[in-house]
Amino acid sequence: MVGGVSDKTLLDDSVQGSHLALVGAGAWIAVNAHGLEASIQALIAKYPSVKKVDIDMEHVERLDTFGAWLLERLVRAFKARGCQTDVTGLKDDYKALMDELRSVKLEDAQPRTGGQAFNYALHSIGENIASVGNSFLAIVNMLGALVIAWLRVAARPHTFRLTSLVHQLDNVAWRAVPIILLITFLIGCIIAQQGLFHFRKFGADVYVVDMVGILVLRELGVLIVCIMVAGRSGSAYTAELGSMKMREEIDALRTMGFDPVEVLILPRILALIIGVPILTFLGSMAALYGGGLVCWLYGGIDPDIFLSRLKEAIALNTFQVGMIKAPFMALVIGAVACVEGLAVKGSAESLGRQTTASVVESIFLVIVMDGVFAIFFTSIGM
Amino acid sequence: MATAPASTNGKKEIVIEARDIVVGFGSHLVLNHTDLDVYRGEILGFVGGSGAGKSVLMRTIIGLIPKRAGTIKVFGVDMGEASDSERRAVERRWGVLFQQGALFSSLTVMENLQFPVREYLHLSQRLLDELAIAKLEMVGLDASVCNKFPSELSGGMTKRVALARALALDPEIVFLDEPTSGLDPIGAGDFDTLIATLQRTLGLTVFMVTHDLDSLHTVCDRIAVLAEGKVIAAGTMETMLASEHPWLKSYFRGKRSRAGYQPQGKAAT
Repeated sequence: MVGGVSDKTLLDDSVQGSHLALVGAGAWIAVNAHGLEASIQALIAKYPSVKKVDIDMEHVERLDTFGAWLLERLVRAFKARGCQTDVTGLKDDYKALMDELRSVKLEDAQPRTGGQAFNYALHSIGENIASVGNSFLAIVNMLGALVIAWLRVAARPHTFRLTSLVHQLDNVAWRAVPIILLITFLIGCIIAQQGLFHFRKFGADVYVVDMVGILVLRELGVLIVCIMVAGRSGSAYTAELGSMKMREEIDALRTMGFDPVEVLILPRILALIIGVPILTFLGSMAALYGGGLVCWLYGGIDPDIFLSRLKEAIALNTFQVGMIKAPFMALVIGAVACVEGLAVKGSAESLGRQTTASVVESIFLVIVMDGVFAIFFTSIGM
Repeated sequence: MATAPASTNGKKEIVIEARDIVVGFGSHLVLNHTDLDVYRGEILGFVGGSGAGKSVLMRTIIGLIPKRAGTIKVFGVDMGEASDSERRAVERRWGVLFQQGALFSSLTVMENLQFPVREYLHLSQRLLDELAIAKLEMVGLDASVCNKFPSELSGGMTKRVALARALALDPEIVFLDEPTSGLDPIGAGDFDTLIATLQRTLGLTVFMVTHDLDSLHTVCDRIAVLAEGKVIAAGTMETMLASEHPWLKSYFRGKRSRAGYQPQGKAAT
């Protein structure tokens, strides 16, 4: 504890028959409250059967809310046992404070939750399971709202917010290009290097080109881009919409007769649907370039050979498989991000929680969808 | 921590002494060599036009905005020269009510009130709970709001809880930034009474930034006026009303003020 702690006895007791005399002294203030509380509780326990209590406060130099409350607690404890309790010698300056505290009613406080750990655990498991179902419903609800907003805009094209769309495209697509190119380039390099290293053992170096081509165009390009976009733009959407929700901006839009889905969400999701395929294309090219570079420098496969091999290994449908997936993934990322953004409640903590949920959920759904697409494309022979 | 209220001191003791304060943003000087004194045990109303820099001076005193020149002494400690631990010791002796309440949104009302106490003092949970309820009742709320979150409170309740939190460590000075803004006249009147009551009960010094003429009339002992980057006048309501300074005239004797001050002007001592 910090300075000002008194070593003096703050409370002296002396008993004569059933009459208890208490004498306070020193500073009854916050820094001494800990010790004072202990001695008061000890006193209350020590004299269970006194009939009359006098508390002399004349020598108490200072009294603040902490000390005053402890005095009040002492008085209440003895009064509750039916003792006649009197406080004397209190300085005039402190009387108002004591009067104020006398009227404090503790009973209204609701009991703190907790204590029953088992019930609490069951409760939170149930709540979590319910929340999975609820968030699925919320996403479906959002998709429905988007379709309605889209139809409304299609009927009256001049209401479409082109400026907003361009602004969002700038944020989610154009500004993402450097980091997407860098990451996919590196991934392409790593795959090619690992492939070369292992394929070389049985003299199949040149099949690395097949592996890089198919893997990047069918799966990795779109997956890496979607994961990046979910972390980069999905989280931003959630945070933006969430803080707008917190500051009642979304309610303000509603009262002016605007549909928040149409004004805020539609341009954002459209920007993703346009932006993600472009980024996927750029990302796939960067990965192929990285793969080709490693094949040339590390594997000794000349660019000419790499290109002609690549031409044989992949067909147009390999490329199409990746590109077709991109807009659907974008839709899921955008819908999840916006749903979570609108689910933000009043507190800063809830904003953080929803942003986390948004990123985790959208990456999870992107991977699940990728699996579903894989089954679908295989069964139609693409 | 409680202090002997001002009545016991013969001479008025200065608790905040700001001298020659210069604060600016970029090339714009908000405060231009401003002086201000606050005496122990008084309620000082601090007024000035919107954007005049009232909040800036308050935030400079409590150390949230750096000053370019000047000295600020609080309880005789020069805040510019003081070591970290000295400064922290002074900071524990004041409480601040921010304009929007600034309650921690992820903590309940109870936890908000206990937060500063828990950090500085080692008290039992029972005592913490009881004190939080006592503080809530002192600001005119009751224990039923304990487990609510700040987002579930009305504007007036938020102000009251924020005031209770400002009082959590039994400060000697409280800074109030527009305490009655956004409250209805009845609520604002109640809040004024509350501040006056608490000031008496706890022996507080109150530094109140306000625009509310009723507050100035009813609870403030002294008024300081900020205009053109300086404190142009400081004194009682009578001094303000008697002044011939054009800004003071239009502020205290303008259309909006007339209705307010006439009935209460008589009641004022």
